[in-house]
Amino acid sequence: MALQRRLLQFINITKSCQKLCGVQSYSTQTAAQSDNGEKRKTHFGFETVDEDEKTKKVHRVFETVADKYDTMNDMMSFGVHRIWKDIFMMRFAPTPGTKLLDMAGGTGDITFRYINYLRNQASSNTEKRSSVTVSDINQSMLNVGKLRAEKQGYLKDSPVDVDWLCADAEQLPLPDECYNAYTIAFGIRNCTHIDKVLEEAYRVLQPGGRFMCLEFSQLPNSTMQWLYDQYSFQVIPVMGQLVAGQWKPYQYLVESIRQFPDQEKFKLMIEAAGFRQVTYENLTFGVCAIHSGFKL
Amino acid sequence: MRAFTFIRKLSSVPKSKNFREELEINYISTNLFQKTLLTVGSATVALFDPYRGDMIACLGEVTGEASLKYMREKMLDNSEGAEILQEMPRINSQTVCFKSLSELPEDTLGRVYADFMRENDITADSRLPVQFIKDPDLAYVMQRYREVHDLVHASLFMKTTMLGEVAVKWVEGIQTKLPMCIGGGIWGAARLKPKHRQLYLKYYLPWAIKTGHNAKFLQGIYYEKRWEQNIYDFHKEMNISILTER
Repeated sequence: MALQRRLLQFINITKSCQKLCGVQSYSTQTAAQSDNGEKRKTHFGFETVDEDEKTKKVHRVFETVADKYDTMNDMMSFGVHRIWKDIFMMRFAPTPGTKLLDMAGGTGDITFRYINYLRNQASSNTEKRSSVTVSDINQSMLNVGKLRAEKQGYLKDSPVDVDWLCADAEQLPLPDECYNAYTIAFGIRNCTHIDKVLEEAYRVLQPGGRFMCLEFSQLPNSTMQWLYDQYSFQVIPVMGQLVAGQWKPYQYLVESIRQFPDQEKFKLMIEAAGFRQVTYENLTFGVCAIHSGFKL
Repeated sequence: MRAFTFIRKLSSVPKSKNFREELEINYISTNLFQKTLLTVGSATVALFDPYRGDMIACLGEVTGEASLKYMREKMLDNSEGAEILQEMPRINSQTVCFKSLSELPEDTLGRVYADFMRENDITADSRLPVQFIKDPDLAYVMQRYREVHDLVHASLFMKTTMLGEVAVKWVEGIQTKLPMCIGGGIWGAARLKPKHRQLYLKYYLPWAIKTGHNAKFLQGIYYEKRWEQNIYDFHKEMNISILTER
C-alpha cells in the first residue's frame, strides 16, 4: 500500500501526454539531450525527466507491479509471452557448462526455462556444472523470483547452481569475463543508458561468450503498428486498472516500448559495444525481437 | 481488499487548493472507448469480488458525470451544501480528530460516528482519491460522496454487512442518482443469502426506498459542523426514521 502511495506521488503524466490518449499516432521522441550546464534529460515513457529521476521512477514502477507482474503479462499478451520466452530459450540452446548472467531476471521466467532446458538434455557429461546468476536492480522482483523458484522446485536437485544478485545493469559489481552467456529479456528498455548496459555485458562476458536480448520492438508493417498502438494505448492501461488496480505503470510500459530503438538501430548499438555476428529475429510481426551477438 | 491509503499533505494552503493539487497529480485522461471498457470491466470484477473497493470507485467515476452535476446543483440549493462546495472540507484521520469525537457525550452525531468506525474496524483513510473525473468541482463532489459514506451508514444505524451496505446503496442511489449506487443496490441484493434476502425484501428495501425519498439530501450536510448535535434531533431535522436500533 505504501508503494502505491509513493508511486502516485512520483509518476506524473504531463498535459502533453494526456492529449495523446486520444491521438491515433504515437511517434517516438529523440534520445537524451543535454543543454550546457543543465542536467541531462531523458525519456520516461512520453515524459521528459532528469536522468537520475528516471532510475527512481522505473524502480517504483516495478516495485508496484511486482506481485501482479506475471498475471498481467499473461493478460496483456494473452499468454503469448510464454511462447516468446520459449523460442528465446530454443535460440539460446545452452549446453552444460554454461555460466549465465540473466539480467533484469526478476521473477525468473528465463532462468526457469534455462534450468528446464539443461535438465532435459541427455546428461552424459555430469562433470560440467552449469550456473545462473539471476540479477535485477529491483529487490521486490527478485523476491518474487526466489519465491517462485522455491515453490516450483528449481533449487533442489538441480544440475544448475542458482544465485541471486541485486545490481544495476549499467554498473555490475562483477569481475571481467566471468560469464559465458548473458541474457536480458524485457528489461533493457527500462535502463537509462542502454549503451552502458551493452558495455557492461561485453565486459563480464568471456571471449566466445554470447549476448542475447529479447525486447519489444517496432513493427515493419505500418497498419499492424497502428493496430498494435490502438491495443496498447486503449486497452492495456485499462487492463492494468482492472486487474492490478494500477493504470500508470502500464501507461509507462506501452510508452517505453515506443521509445526503444528499432531492430536495426539496436543492432548497431550492440555492434558499437564490440559484439560481432549480431543478428536479430522478429517474433509476432515484430512486436518483439531477439537480438544475438558474440564477443569474438 | 486493495484499499488505497491516502494521507493528506499537511500544509498551510487552504483546503480547496489542496484538493485541486491532488486531483492534478491523480487525474488520468480517458476517452469514451476506455470509459466503456472500464465500466464493463469494473462492474464485472466488482460483481465477482465485492471486496475490490477500487472497482466500485472506478465504476462510480466513469459512469457518474451526469449524476455528479445533479448532486452539485442540489448541494448549491441550500446554504450548508454551498458552504461545503466553497470550502471543500475533507474527512480523514488528519482532518477529523477521532479521539475527541469518541469522548463526546453519547447520542451525539460525532460520538455515534466514532463508535461506528471503531466497532466496524474501519478507517476514514481508506477512501481512494478520484482519478477519472477532470472537472475539479465534480471530482470534489465524488470525493465528498466517498468520504461521507461512512457517516451515512453511522447516522442511519446501518451496519457494514452486505444487507446494510445494500440498504445504504438504495438510499444513496435514490438521492444521488449515481448509476453505481443503483447498480450496487440491485446486484448487491442478488448476493444475499436466503435469510438476509427475506429481511431485505420485507424490511430493509421498503425502508431504504422510503428513507431515500423522504430524507433531506444527505450529501449536502456539513457533518463536521454538527458533531455535538444529538443524533435523534439530527434524525428529526433530516426527516430520517430508523429501521433498527444501533
